[in-house]
Amino acid sequence: MPQESRGAAVSAADRRDGNTIGASLPRTNALRLLAGRGQYVDDINPPRCLHAVVLRSPYAHARITRLDVAAAAAAPGVVRVLTGREVVALCDPYVGVLQHVPGMQSAPQWPLAVERACWQGEPVALVAAATRAEAEDALALIEIEWDELPAVTDAESALDPATPVIHLELGSNLCFERVVEAGDVAAAFAQAAHVVEAEFVTGRHTAVTLEPRSLLADFNAADGQLTVWHSTQVPYMMQWIIARHFRLPETQVRVIAPDIGGGFGMKIHIYGDEMAAVAASLVLGRPVKFVADRLESFVGDFHARGHRVRARMALSKDGEILGVEADDLYGIGAYSGYPRGSANEGLQVSNLVCAAYRRGAYRAVTRAVFQNKAMYGQYRAVGHPVACLVSEGLMDLAAAKLDVDPAEFRRRNYISPESYPLKLAGGPVLEKLSQHEALEQLLQMMDYRGLRAEQLPLRKQGIHRGIGLASFVENSNPSAATYGQGGVSIASQDSCTLKLTATGGIVAASSITECGQGGYAVIQQVVAAVCGVPFAQIKVVLGDTETTPVGGGVWGSRGTGICGEAALQAGKALKANILAFVARLKESEASLYDIRDGHVIDASTAALVMSLEDVARTAYFRTDQVPKDFQPELTVTRSYAQKTWNGAYTNGIQASYVEIDIDTGFVKLLGHWVVDDCGTIINPLLVDEQIRGACVQGMGAALFEQCLYSDEGQLLNGSLMDYLVPMAGEMPDIAVGHTCTPTATSELGAKGAGEAGTAGASAAVLNAVNDALRPLGASVAEIPATPERILRALGRID
Amino acid sequence: MKAPAFSYLRPESVSQAIDFIEFYGDDARLLAGGQSLLAALNMRLAAPSVLIDLNGLPELGGISVQGDKLVIGALTRHAEIECSPLVAQHAPLLSLAMPHVAHAAIRNRGTIGGSIAFADPAAELPACCVALDAVFVVAGRGGERRVRARDFFLGLYDTALQTGEMLLAAEFSGVRTSERVAFRELARRHGDYAIAGLAARATVNGNALRDVDFAFFAVDTKPVLATHAVAILEQGTVTPERVQLAQQALAQDLAPQDDVHYSSAMRMQLARVLLARAVGDLLQPAGVQVSQ
Amino acid sequence: MSSPQPVTEADIALAVNGENVARRVPVRQNLADFLRDTLGLTGTHVGCEHGVCGACTVRCNGAIVRACLMLAVQADGAEIVTIEGAAVEGDNADVMADLQREFHQRNALQCGFCTPAMLLTAAELITVRPQASRDEIRTHLSGNYCRCTGYQSIVDAVEAVCRKRAGAQP
Repeated sequence: MPQESRGAAVSAADRRDGNTIGASLPRTNALRLLAGRGQYVDDINPPRCLHAVVLRSPYAHARITRLDVAAAAAAPGVVRVLTGREVVALCDPYVGVLQHVPGMQSAPQWPLAVERACWQGEPVALVAAATRAEAEDALALIEIEWDELPAVTDAESALDPATPVIHLELGSNLCFERVVEAGDVAAAFAQAAHVVEAEFVTGRHTAVTLEPRSLLADFNAADGQLTVWHSTQVPYMMQWIIARHFRLPETQVRVIAPDIGGGFGMKIHIYGDEMAAVAASLVLGRPVKFVADRLESFVGDFHARGHRVRARMALSKDGEILGVEADDLYGIGAYSGYPRGSANEGLQVSNLVCAAYRRGAYRAVTRAVFQNKAMYGQYRAVGHPVACLVSEGLMDLAAAKLDVDPAEFRRRNYISPESYPLKLAGGPVLEKLSQHEALEQLLQMMDYRGLRAEQLPLRKQGIHRGIGLASFVENSNPSAATYGQGGVSIASQDSCTLKLTATGGIVAASSITECGQGGYAVIQQVVAAVCGVPFAQIKVVLGDTETTPVGGGVWGSRGTGICGEAALQAGKALKANILAFVARLKESEASLYDIRDGHVIDASTAALVMSLEDVARTAYFRTDQVPKDFQPELTVTRSYAQKTWNGAYTNGIQASYVEIDIDTGFVKLLGHWVVDDCGTIINPLLVDEQIRGACVQGMGAALFEQCLYSDEGQLLNGSLMDYLVPMAGEMPDIAVGHTCTPTATSELGAKGAGEAGTAGASAAVLNAVNDALRPLGASVAEIPATPERILRALGRID
Repeated sequence: MKAPAFSYLRPESVSQAIDFIEFYGDDARLLAGGQSLLAALNMRLAAPSVLIDLNGLPELGGISVQGDKLVIGALTRHAEIECSPLVAQHAPLLSLAMPHVAHAAIRNRGTIGGSIAFADPAAELPACCVALDAVFVVAGRGGERRVRARDFFLGLYDTALQTGEMLLAAEFSGVRTSERVAFRELARRHGDYAIAGLAARATVNGNALRDVDFAFFAVDTKPVLATHAVAILEQGTVTPERVQLAQQALAQDLAPQDDVHYSSAMRMQLARVLLARAVGDLLQPAGVQVSQ
Repeated sequence: MSSPQPVTEADIALAVNGENVARRVPVRQNLADFLRDTLGLTGTHVGCEHGVCGACTVRCNGAIVRACLMLAVQADGAEIVTIEGAAVEGDNADVMADLQREFHQRNALQCGFCTPAMLLTAAELITVRPQASRDEIRTHLSGNYCRCTGYQSIVDAVEAVCRKRAGAQP
């Protein structure tokens, strides 16, 4: 449904083809994917392309005592074997530290392990051969001997004196620690009439993109050009890093993100196996392709979540929140991820516990500790799901203690609307939220009263159902505060270059990336609306550092809000230039004209003045018809960065309705509802589908997903049979609604929506589970809330 | 991963297949549906030097009734069994179980012989064969022999097949008077390997169960007949107390191990639940009423 | 004795999307890699190679199969249909075209990596059971992993085509 009436900040005068902002248009760039004509990295096969496989450490922590690759190098089809020592000579090491996080530390890292491996799965050597099968055959011929070392695999004891320090030069296994405080928390708890507390644990997760990580590097030694096709969310970041670490001029490095089979934040990090493939191409002067298979994806992809949070809430006798305290601990890998660090999960958790509420005094501590496990970094909603799980779990505990309905308890404690903008301890500023409105809309959508009313009668029939709510705030449109200020080479600004084509169409080159979330459509729809050009005549170019302006790519729910604004401003500028040109040709005033449906028209009568094709033809081919003192500029670029706050915070609320089989512990998801406020919506269909997909990832977290490690640091369930991702049979239908508070930080008013679903879904589900268990005297504070955990909580098994 | 190197043979008859099997011995693996074998090869968990492809051997296909037996050739695809009216009539427990076997695309290739010979403890068909007291026809150099399903499954991926032997068919005697069947499994997601499962048949007269066969799967290294539990159910009529006693007696029948995914206590709890629910199915046919 | 010797390569002749194809293949090459690397039909995707994710699903002799769990040599004499040919001609091309249209309208795809397989899997259900309920649709699609959509729009699209085919109202 069009959103014109929803307070969108784009003025009516600027929106001619008004229906494309707020229109649920099917994506033009999806048609080729439906026909199987997408082009993902593994679909690209340049001549003489070699295939790379990587030897991985079987141990979580071990010294390499012998490495002999001669037999492998001589194997059929093998062209080259690269070892860590060779890569050290080619590649400067990297350290994943954010300079603006005090005390953050990490050891230098190279693409391949040199003297020791620090996690099971760490790349040790790379074999490049004519076929992948031959490369794998050769792997078995690498002679390698190991001296196993004790592995640090328990975050709780990682800082104990008796635990070995993984990197001696760091002095400890602490990556960083951060404290966020406001007010007097001790006093709040001292005077509290009620205190609720719990220890929340979240499983370690992995993104499981269906397309595994894939990179194809092609170094042309003749002209020194390195072209890299990469399944990445951030081509410009990759370009900068590859140039920097392989000591190449940046202008000689081109990164192209073709079609990408899912990212979810996992594909924004630097991976040793991918960098080693680049090194191989540099050495060989031939294309080298690396595609992680599913088994190595489990040990090779960056993991996320895996937190233990002890949290408590102090309440007055009237149910006012006096204070909140949280202690967060999470175990990362043996190194902090590069370039963004492995800190953001903890930073968000420590900022956001109970951030949706008047939370009183606040103290949150987060610690990230090194472990001999897979590397760790950002994954959809980064830290927010953990913060929300804790926050909303405490809210339900408090509501139960006070015997207040959970929806009512939230309503009473939301931030008061007159408080905005509200600065939180730790840095976030909540510009303006619509929490009360969203709650009312949600309760109505789901018939909350009706579901509550039937709960007791159903329980008497032995049917145990639970309703869980989860309010959340979610960062979007991040400023340089997230990474730039930390010294990370990733843009917080984006740009859009529009050119009028010779027949009156528009090509929009822009700096975000399409991973399926709809970046292409957003640019296309904004430009169509502002320029008055039919949607189908606008082509969008994304993902190539050579053909697009510089920008940040996609992560942190930034694409629509930041690049959409750049596209809006570029569209306005192009339109202004077109009208100025026509006005000059007609010796008239630009304000008398407008553009509609690809034609310049008289603004008052709508009479045709000139088609855009004629405008282009005149400007490009008939310069003799252009006044000598006038040069039409029909290619324009505009850029935008969000600089007002650290991020444009959004809000939302979710509800989950579950039924628990108390004999088996199985949970059935009966329904799920979301009301999300992301400001101006460009394409409601795409936003709602993003929210659904993101919710399902949160449901996977709540009930199914966890990376299981042995005490020795072996990943025990690293296959798709054993790591349980959500499939169609177990997922519910999800109803999505919206409130709309455009951000004032841009003319478009759009905030991000891509991560909101994941931020709140696992909290909603866990709260629903506990709502069903509460009458039975049981509760679960660990996700995934597996049947076994539920049966143990119920006392049905020991 | 890509499969390791192997060479490939396609015999043109069962007797030629047997010659190959005997010649290559443990260096060879038999390729039927490939849904387990090729996955293992793709993960380099197996590295046979020879694959002997049984697909297309005419002697191994087909579903037919011979005398009083339903005979299913070893290479019959799961999908064919799933839709077969003959199976629905003569071995409806298989029809009930089939939708739980993986997913449609797997069932279009996977074969009953492959499932039986692979003997995955969490697989549905071996348990059905044990419940139904099926007989397997095995061929080797010395000719054909028949092995009861109840004697066939020895342990984890371990069967009574000797080196040089292969499965030809599975035989099922027809349904008995007043027989009903039930099938239940508990899995986290549809099509996953079961955490615990039960293939059941019984003669049902009112509230009385007789000639009860309960074959549990996924709770041990092979399908297990719950003889102690069943002995209790076969006495008198079924009451909630009797069901509870039978559940307790399961502790004498089943000894699941702890593993990385589930504790033995969990599997026992699920087995107890499955027993009660299968009894309910048998008494009120959520299962299948198969005879007059 | 003229006993056949084991081979490491074999000649195969088959029909792919209605076109006759003859190649010599390594016996260890699976059908998915044959389609992608040898024939350049990259619409069939590889997501796990253990038969679980479903991304490699193609149609073999009219039935959906995991191309990663078939050897190319086993496709000798077979009729294979991949996404590239499924909407063009042959059996049920119109079902596929309907599905593609409904998927497009409802954004039942985002990154598109699961999509070819999802379409082929859905098409099989529609042709054998056009009266399938939402639950049956979900069950049938349970062998196809999608990380992006959360499945609902896919179920909606399949349901819409089912209703149209069944000719009846929901």
